[in-house]
Amino acid sequence: MDIFGKAAGKQEPSSKSIAKERLRLVLVHDRASISPQLLENLKEDLLKVISSYMEIDELGTEVTLNSNESSVALIASIPVIKINRI
Amino acid sequence: MGEVFVITSGKGGVGKTTTSANIGTGLASIGKTVVMVDTDIGLRNLDVVMGLENRIVYDLVDVTQGNCRLKQALIKDKRFEGLCLLPAAQTKDKSAVMPEQMKDLCLNLKNEFDYVIIDCPAGIEGGFKNATAGADKAIVVTTPEIAAVRDADRIIGLLEAAELRNPTLIINRLRPDMVKKGDMMDIDDIIDILAIKLLGVIPEDEAIVISTNRGEPVALDMNSSAGQAYRNIAKRLTGEDIPLISWEAEEGILGKLKKIFGFKE
Repeated sequence: MDIFGKAAGKQEPSSKSIAKERLRLVLVHDRASISPQLLENLKEDLLKVISSYMEIDELGTEVTLNSNESSVALIASIPVIKINRI
Repeated sequence: MGEVFVITSGKGGVGKTTTSANIGTGLASIGKTVVMVDTDIGLRNLDVVMGLENRIVYDLVDVTQGNCRLKQALIKDKRFEGLCLLPAAQTKDKSAVMPEQMKDLCLNLKNEFDYVIIDCPAGIEGGFKNATAGADKAIVVTTPEIAAVRDADRIIGLLEAAELRNPTLIINRLRPDMVKKGDMMDIDDIIDILAIKLLGVIPEDEAIVISTNRGEPVALDMNSSAGQAYRNIAKRLTGEDIPLISWEAEEGILGKLKKIFGFKE
């Protein structure tokens, strides 16, 4: 298949575009690495906001940053005990 | 009251010391008073790049520990009236200087000089904290390589955390021939990733090696493209609006430069 690709004039990506793409990915991870203290502060603030709408299990709450190949996600697992009736 | 610039990069070997020497020399050559401070304790090099290594008596640690007066430790460059170097200590412990002492030192220096240029050591540890403690503005040096740009990104984050906002960028050792072939990231690629303002671009230039061998900053070499680029950066720091030279010119750097500056072929 490769031979056909080359025969059809398909070019391999330049080494510069490989560098740029690799750099983008590595920076997504670098920039997402935040301190445990910051994550803890974020968790406290989240709990404050959410608990005005519902009763939640603060001890069972987990807030983490998950990163895969190309993106970073903030994942919060917050067990709900009771939803406040309005 | 003068202004304190810290020259930093994160990664070693990208040209912080060469840049410090040439910005300092460039500013002095247009009549500004400048002091360059080497904060790389234990691995000082700004003295040899400037060709002043034989004249060191006192150093940065002697000043902060009160072994001498500030004026005694400043080495006057004979090429320019207003150019001085405060060398780093070579044999003392890295922890000999604290950020608070650097703040005081910078305050004292900017009372006396138009520009204080601080050459920061590589890394993000104590030396970086000392070098940035008294700075008003930061200049980040990178090369068009993946490792250097990655470290520059990290440094930009740390500078912001240290309240040094809006650092500017110098791209060093650019090779237009490789950029043209698609084998080196270009100016736009790097700016796109780091998202900070460009201060200048220094082309790869043999004249840098030769001038460093001699202890004469390349900014004094009127025939060198890197020297011209450094002189332009110095002028930009004084607020002059100097346009970037187009390094991706079809005819190559030298031809283009010769055209722009009227040198004979």
